[in-house]
Amino acid sequence: MDAGLFAQYVMNGLMLGMMYALVAVGFTLFFGVLDVIKFSHGDVLTVGAFTALAAFTGLSSFGFKSQWFDLAVMLALATLMMALLGMLIARYLVMPLRSAPALNTLLITLMLGTVLRESVRLFYPQGANPKPFPSLLPRASLELGEFNLRVDNVLMLTAGVLVIVGIQYLLNRTKLGLAIRAVAQDEETARAMGINFTAIVLITFAIGSGLAAFAGVMNGLYYNEINFGIGLYLGVIGFSAAIIGGLGSIYGAILGGFLFAGLQTVATVLLPFSSAYKDVFAFAVVIAIMAWRPTGLIQEKISERV
Amino acid sequence: MTKNGQPTAVVIAALIFAVAAVTAEAKDKVKVGFIGPLTGGVSANGLGGRNSADLAVRLRNTDPKAKYEYELVVLDDECKPNVAVQVATKMAADKDIIGGATHYCSAAAIAAVDTYHKFGFPVIVWGAVLPDITYRNKYEEVHRVNGTMINQNEANAELISKFGYKTIAVIHDTTDYGKGHNEYFSKALAKIGKANIVGTFGVTADQQDFTAELTKIKALNPEVIYFGGLTPIGVRIRSQMDKLGIKAVFDGTSGIVSDAYIQGLGPLAEGTLAFREGAPAEKLPGGKFFMEKYNQQKYDNAPEAYGAFAYVAMDMILDTIETVGPDRKKVIEALSNVKDRDSIVGKITFDDHGQNTVPIITKYVIQDGNFVEWDDSEYASGKRKLQGQK
Repeated sequence: MDAGLFAQYVMNGLMLGMMYALVAVGFTLFFGVLDVIKFSHGDVLTVGAFTALAAFTGLSSFGFKSQWFDLAVMLALATLMMALLGMLIARYLVMPLRSAPALNTLLITLMLGTVLRESVRLFYPQGANPKPFPSLLPRASLELGEFNLRVDNVLMLTAGVLVIVGIQYLLNRTKLGLAIRAVAQDEETARAMGINFTAIVLITFAIGSGLAAFAGVMNGLYYNEINFGIGLYLGVIGFSAAIIGGLGSIYGAILGGFLFAGLQTVATVLLPFSSAYKDVFAFAVVIAIMAWRPTGLIQEKISERV
Repeated sequence: MTKNGQPTAVVIAALIFAVAAVTAEAKDKVKVGFIGPLTGGVSANGLGGRNSADLAVRLRNTDPKAKYEYELVVLDDECKPNVAVQVATKMAADKDIIGGATHYCSAAAIAAVDTYHKFGFPVIVWGAVLPDITYRNKYEEVHRVNGTMINQNEANAELISKFGYKTIAVIHDTTDYGKGHNEYFSKALAKIGKANIVGTFGVTADQQDFTAELTKIKALNPEVIYFGGLTPIGVRIRSQMDKLGIKAVFDGTSGIVSDAYIQGLGPLAEGTLAFREGAPAEKLPGGKFFMEKYNQQKYDNAPEAYGAFAYVAMDMILDTIETVGPDRKKVIEALSNVKDRDSIVGKITFDDHGQNTVPIITKYVIQDGNFVEWDDSEYASGKRKLQGQK
């Protein structure tokens, strides 16, 4: 294969993997602190992307023209609003169900996801149609043979890496991170140590949902198009990525996200059959991996489930 | 509302009810049905069709010569085969509903035709273009006022070959609709024999990311990318082509003839080709009348590409009920003998499969954010050029 073409595939895969990884990290964080699976995560991403779009529409109607300023406001607004939404979901839907079977949480968030998705479709103006998302990053690109290296892709990848490194730092190097990890490991002991359990759970949900909003904006900037259905698909893939990585492990989620993107790309490029089967292939491999390592590629150090 | 305004409003309301009561007393009520995608990615087309069918019913109800008063029952097939079968069953099982104008999506229509046959429910398809809908079986219940995708793909292949393009990559969705487009386009192109298909890619109808497929296409370096599918993924593919620096002409089908395609892409939509059966509303024999009446009703959505067909489908059902009475069997019988019937889309003749045999095809190119008829465009006059046009 031509080197430029190969580089293009790698770039496509990396962008895709970055979005999957950001979603998967959210799933893994929620599971870490509360042992719950929050299925509305993908739709929070959708709402985040649409919040950013609405912010852009608002800014342009006030005549703001600076793209960096627009982007900063959109990102900040989307992230904060979704962090708030995540906290509300945790406080009023997930936490009250703590003593109920885990299945109930899964179901209630699944339904909430549908409510969010349908609300975007019904209440956002012309929400059922695909919406153009403004391209606010520099559009310059470098043609290296068959490889079209775009500045915006590089910027987005860098931003994604920085966010993940930031989360990693937050979890491993700060007091807040210590508290989150303590709650994840043992709720009772954490409480006994004077950690405010509710606050930590809410903050974790805020972080995870904020990440989803970031991924949503990135999705919009990358494809220049968003629609009410983006979160559903990204949610399923993000969830699978978190599972194959090993729920509860941040590294696992990231690894899972990039692995999934890699599988999809490989399926399209190398396998002889129609590319429509790439999801069949990718999910089949996921099933195989789960059969081989039921607790994921990177196991939790302390597994409470065995 | 102000206090002074209230009595007037009450009087008006009372008058309206009184008038409604009088007409209701005078005429028997007859129910007719409409099915289309009212939610989901192609809902713009579904809502346009719904409004147009609604218009036909409203106009009939204000016509003092009409024998019956009609009530429109609207159901949503969501453009999904499984939902289409459900709503088709619901509608056909209701004996009060005499006939229906049904389906924009081919995948939905083809799934539902068996149901209509089973229940003996006469329908006129208003937008779906898959040939199999009328031609796979010989169901006397199923008719269609719009043309099939065979006609539009022949016109498409002819135009592409005329431009001197030699290499074409095909992307199609893997529903019956997309597969049909792929089949008939490939056949038509092979028959002309001037251009080659360098690669065919089936994609799922709700796919987000096409970069892997498009990178593969980039390596094949085609002059034209043919796309057999609907607006939502059409927008994504066209936009991602640009991201990857692919400069081929984007050649679509009737599935992307929708304002949502242009709104979704902005300036990137420029130079996209598309084809559909029939002609734009303003060029139709009754187009002016239709648009005038449509605009009077102040609907939220435009009639979109197939609104006029939905209007005609519904109008034909109403006409038939007026002549033979609200009886499904008689309606089916009357519809099997439609020849040179005048309508706002031109003359309609159903063949022995219930298919309208008038294949007017309109070729479009998007110019400055509008679907412009090819022959009227600056591309045809040579003022602008498509990518690589000879």
